[in-house]
Amino acid sequence: MIHRQSNYGLMAEFLSAEELLEATKHTAEAGYREIDAYSPFPIEGLSEAIGFHRTRLPVLVFCGGLLGTCTGFFLQWWPNVIGYPQNIGGKPLDSWPAFIPITFELTILFAALTTTFGMIALNGLPAPYHPVFNVERFAHASRDSFFLLIKSADPKFDAEQTRQFLAELNPREVSEVES
Amino acid sequence: MAGREPENVGTLVSPGSDVLGPGHSYGSVTDKISAIVLTRGTGNKYKVGFGLAVALLLMLNFGVTVLFAIGVGIWGINIPVGWGFAITNFVWWIGIGHAGTLISAFLLLMRQKWRTSINRFAEAMTLFAVACAGTFPLLHMGRPWLFYYLLPYPDTMGVWPQFRSPLVWDVFAVSTYATVSLLFWYVGLIPDLATLRDRATKRFKQALYGIFALGWRGSARHWKRYEMAGLLLAGLATPLVVSVHTVVSFDFTIALVPGWHSTIFPPYFVAGAIYSGFAMVIALAVPLRKYYGLEDFLTVRHLDNMGKIMLGTGMIVAYSYVMETFMAFYSGNKFDIFMIMNRMTGPYAAVYWTLIATNLVIPQLLWSAKIRRNALWLWVLSFSVQTGMWLERYMIIITSLHRDFIPSSWGMFYPTKWDYIIFVGTIGLFFTLFYLFIRFLPMISIFEMRDLVHKTAEEAKS
Repeated sequence: MIHRQSNYGLMAEFLSAEELLEATKHTAEAGYREIDAYSPFPIEGLSEAIGFHRTRLPVLVFCGGLLGTCTGFFLQWWPNVIGYPQNIGGKPLDSWPAFIPITFELTILFAALTTTFGMIALNGLPAPYHPVFNVERFAHASRDSFFLLIKSADPKFDAEQTRQFLAELNPREVSEVES
Repeated sequence: MAGREPENVGTLVSPGSDVLGPGHSYGSVTDKISAIVLTRGTGNKYKVGFGLAVALLLMLNFGVTVLFAIGVGIWGINIPVGWGFAITNFVWWIGIGHAGTLISAFLLLMRQKWRTSINRFAEAMTLFAVACAGTFPLLHMGRPWLFYYLLPYPDTMGVWPQFRSPLVWDVFAVSTYATVSLLFWYVGLIPDLATLRDRATKRFKQALYGIFALGWRGSARHWKRYEMAGLLLAGLATPLVVSVHTVVSFDFTIALVPGWHSTIFPPYFVAGAIYSGFAMVIALAVPLRKYYGLEDFLTVRHLDNMGKIMLGTGMIVAYSYVMETFMAFYSGNKFDIFMIMNRMTGPYAAVYWTLIATNLVIPQLLWSAKIRRNALWLWVLSFSVQTGMWLERYMIIITSLHRDFIPSSWGMFYPTKWDYIIFVGTIGLFFTLFYLFIRFLPMISIFEMRDLVHKTAEEAKS
């Protein structure tokens, strides 16, 4: 069956975090894979329910931090040892303990920048337009309502059957998401 | 985007807890906090306060203009006292900032639920306090237009900053701190900006909040990464905040001046920073709570907890004063003994004893739960602590420098009117920024309050 291209998916609205979590688990069990859930605050277990278990963010942040450490140390080591070495009272050029504070600060700085921009980039933001915003009630996703989306890209998606499936989950309403 | 009228269809209502008033739902907390920004407008009290802050800011501009035109000679600094008000103010402001980071990062890691309603404006306070702090080292330079000499860049002269100097560490510590505080604050704001975008009725506001919300949709995938990012930032900011004031204290301890050269400084400075910072949080929270009717969100429990932290960190500071005195005598070093005796009985004895009174004696009232739970008392006490903490830095800088080793190089420091104009001017800068913040951004984290509604309702059920 060929779907209308203008349809991004079907969205069901729920009135509580528990209902959304239940419904999402049901949907995943029913074999839907291209799903997403929206809530006004983070809900424990919801991302696992849509099949999203781990984020790569910590690995990225570790790499960012490591890069900061190397940058911070090299930034001080090079001028003092190679670029502009000065013999001051016979003290060692590579006086590394004195380089620790700046190395530490740059580690934190790079890691924090990676965290922030990594989170934004992995989330695909900034995204000024997204089809879900076409649903009128979706303005409540940032206030007091909970939404479950099944995308039309899902292999199991069928305009009629999926709508019926969602309706059986006892939502407040089911609406079409125009793309 | 319709459906903006509050219609709390069958949503859950929290019975409340000691950190949240009863009867709140997701909708009610959202509406109450976003209304302050979107619909309440600016009242007369706000206008008067803002006007006053801007007047002081203009005074700062005037002072700085004269300073740049004539030079640091308009201040009371001299040799031997080369660090006068500017460095005192720098340390004071940056210390105030520390409480914001501590609340948002450390208390998050400790899973303290009561941080939810104070973290946002405390973080804003951090940001603005760091902005005030950051101006002073620049103003203090004889030639501020050459500030970039502090930064490592391959210049044509082939020279580099002295990386073994704590003053250069400070540049990195403070600029990292400012950047990370900004990132933390902005990341925390993203979901709330989305709420404001969805609740705003005017096209311009929708667009503006929409741009900064980056298209946040509250997807479960987004939240997962978002929460991870929050946790990572908290984990990074906690050691950072400790390191920043440690590096600030290195500015003193690494010098050989009696009264500065002491290993107790890093923990002593960090505790003092948190102490003065919580005093500032209280100084801001009490009027906000009253003026915007936020008693449900900023409960007596919050005041009580903040009072306790103030008392705890105040005791660490008191211990440091005692140890400093003890160690001076215990060391048998005549310069250290002289330094302590000079502080207590010399020309700046009044500063020392006022500091002991405002920072050590008066805050002992916080042992009383009645006082900790009384907003007005707490507010008054917060000013005592802030005065005390300012005087502490003044004492450390002035009394240590003015009489060090050789009596022939002794001198006195007398602040001039320009010292006061620029100091009070930065208070204007701080409050101008803060007034703008409470007008245009939600001063309490809305999505975390919704989470709190959910959690308190869950707890009540089980």
